[in-house]
Amino acid sequence: METRSDLALSIDDLTVAYHEKPAIWDIDLDVPEGALMAIVGPNGAGKSTLIKAVLNLIPRAAGTVTFYGAPYEQARSLVGYVPQRGSVDWDFPTSALDVVTMGLYGKLGWFRRPGHAERELALAALEQVGLVDFADRQISQLSGGQQQRAFLARALAQDAQIYFMDEPFAAVDAVTENAIVDILRELNQRGKTVLVVHHDLQTVAEYFDWVTLLNVEIIASGPTAENFTLENLQQTYGGRVSYLHGGQLLAASAP
Amino acid sequence: MNPRPALGREDRRIWLIIAAMAILGLLFIPFSQTLFGLRFTYTVRVVALGGAILGIISGALGCFAVLRQESLLGDALSHAALPGVAIAFLLAGRELSALLIGAGIASWLGLRFVSALLATTRIKRDAALGIVLASWFAFGIALLAYIQSIPDASQAGLDHFIFGQAAAIIESDVMLVSAVGVIALLVLLAFWKEFKLVTFDAEFAGANGFRVGLINTLLSTLIVVTIVLGLQLAGVILMVGMLIAPGIAARQWTHKLDQMVILAAVFGAFAGGLGAVISALDSDIPTGPMIIVVAFVLVLISLTLAPGRGLIWSRLRQRQNRREFAARNTLRDLYRYALAHGAADTPAPDSFIRGVGDRSAALGLRQLRSEGRVTLGAAGWQLSESGISLAQGDRRNQRLWDLYRRYAYELGLPAVAEERGRDIASLLPANAVARLEAKLEEGADS
Repeated sequence: METRSDLALSIDDLTVAYHEKPAIWDIDLDVPEGALMAIVGPNGAGKSTLIKAVLNLIPRAAGTVTFYGAPYEQARSLVGYVPQRGSVDWDFPTSALDVVTMGLYGKLGWFRRPGHAERELALAALEQVGLVDFADRQISQLSGGQQQRAFLARALAQDAQIYFMDEPFAAVDAVTENAIVDILRELNQRGKTVLVVHHDLQTVAEYFDWVTLLNVEIIASGPTAENFTLENLQQTYGGRVSYLHGGQLLAASAP
Repeated sequence: MNPRPALGREDRRIWLIIAAMAILGLLFIPFSQTLFGLRFTYTVRVVALGGAILGIISGALGCFAVLRQESLLGDALSHAALPGVAIAFLLAGRELSALLIGAGIASWLGLRFVSALLATTRIKRDAALGIVLASWFAFGIALLAYIQSIPDASQAGLDHFIFGQAAAIIESDVMLVSAVGVIALLVLLAFWKEFKLVTFDAEFAGANGFRVGLINTLLSTLIVVTIVLGLQLAGVILMVGMLIAPGIAARQWTHKLDQMVILAAVFGAFAGGLGAVISALDSDIPTGPMIIVVAFVLVLISLTLAPGRGLIWSRLRQRQNRREFAARNTLRDLYRYALAHGAADTPAPDSFIRGVGDRSAALGLRQLRSEGRVTLGAAGWQLSESGISLAQGDRRNQRLWDLYRRYAYELGLPAVAEERGRDIASLLPANAVARLEAKLEEGADS
């Protein structure tokens, strides 16, 4: 039996509504420490909404969320976040190194400026994602995959215990995908908990040991081997899932 | 491993521009004296100083309005200041600080009203801004008309706030603008990190525990303060130009936020100073339009000339790219034909190469010929020695890129973006290239 403190994340009865329509409904989710979890579901299933509600970025209609038993306000420094790449203006006048340094602003607090120590930490994070040679490049001059890796490096610089990543694999090149997978595994080996909004059903079983199937409500959640089943997927995607040859799963609806 | 940021061309360029603006500004004095007979009386000096100081403040803070894509908010907020001016006049008389406080309160209430509309209704942002702009401004105009009708207030000159009037500015006004402006700039400096983070990625800032709502309100309040300071000079209708034009111009020259803000302040000072002086020559020239004309000349020059982003630069680069693509493709066609029909120096018939490459072949052949890569003989186009070695190098480069795509992960090579037009050795470290070359020797690509 697990005690509460083994849980990196515990969500109870979480509901979020945009105007009158619920975006996610009555979510109960426990994530054990050290899990590498995919959150999958069709468009409009509320995957990003779930992450944003957990991180207090949007108002909750109901529900409580705790990180390692503590509410978000007290656990903030334990939490790392990789937003969707499309959520910012990449023409912003700043360099890759500068973006990664932003991951350290939270620890600096008000008024204090990043200095030499922060620069070294940011460079180390860039090194981890293979972008150290691009440190001084303006961010609009990075490729899509490199931008995604810069976001990942920023989260690494946060040095959190639990990471939330919103579609890090969306529209990236193969080299970047491999680099991200390596980092996910490394985080996992270091005992970090990672939740990833993911859209590619074919790689879920390969990349993640835990999975949550979401369509406004939670359809199934737990170890991938037991929960990533055709029956659960059909329930999540409304029957538009079929087996391909070779036993691979594919959602008939585009992700 | 630990790249030092070199003081690059870009950093030097910024200083060059700042120096150029300073020289231009100084040259204007003798130039205008001899050509226009402008006399730099005490009044004109005060006006010039006021315009320049306002330009520094609005240029620096306006950068954030530009980067947050809030130019229209700036426009709505400056229009919304007008009823505040009128009400303050009715309550406290024609005291500038009172008028500006009134303007600030009205503008700030407009800001809160936009936020409230967005939070509680389904009205979209542009509509909410339109509502505030039109209704606040209309109310202000109505109040001004009423004030004009009061017998002893007809000389108040409040309508100067609509288009701005430099001639009305006096030394104490400049002192007031400077004092408040310095405070606004100090606040900007103190919260630099927070403003930057919230402007770039508000979600991430929120997830890091920053009070995004508070920071946004503070930044918007600073922009309101800037607008209010500029009302007397630029007027409510055109203040937005003073706010955004220097930032837009500065953005073209640099990729760094701190440099952008400094450069925008310099551009703002130039436009504000020059515009105010020109309009002070004749009390019939409203100052707002004069300043904005100068500011948008700077925008036009920047959009045209700035390296990297300017129109001329990107047009030239486009043409160069087209030439390079054409040359590379034509070179490959020639090389492939030559190898298929004998040795690398076998000539290819003109009709063949033009048939394969269509219109770009002509461009490519011209480019290759000017570089001495090909010669045209009786039998057709023949690759020269340098042409052959270039074609071989290109072929090898493409094969290394193919291998990189296939084996990068397996060999644990650093992840770089595939830029096949460039030499792989310029993007990957030497030991990584060596491992790919070893693969090539193995014949792993065939």
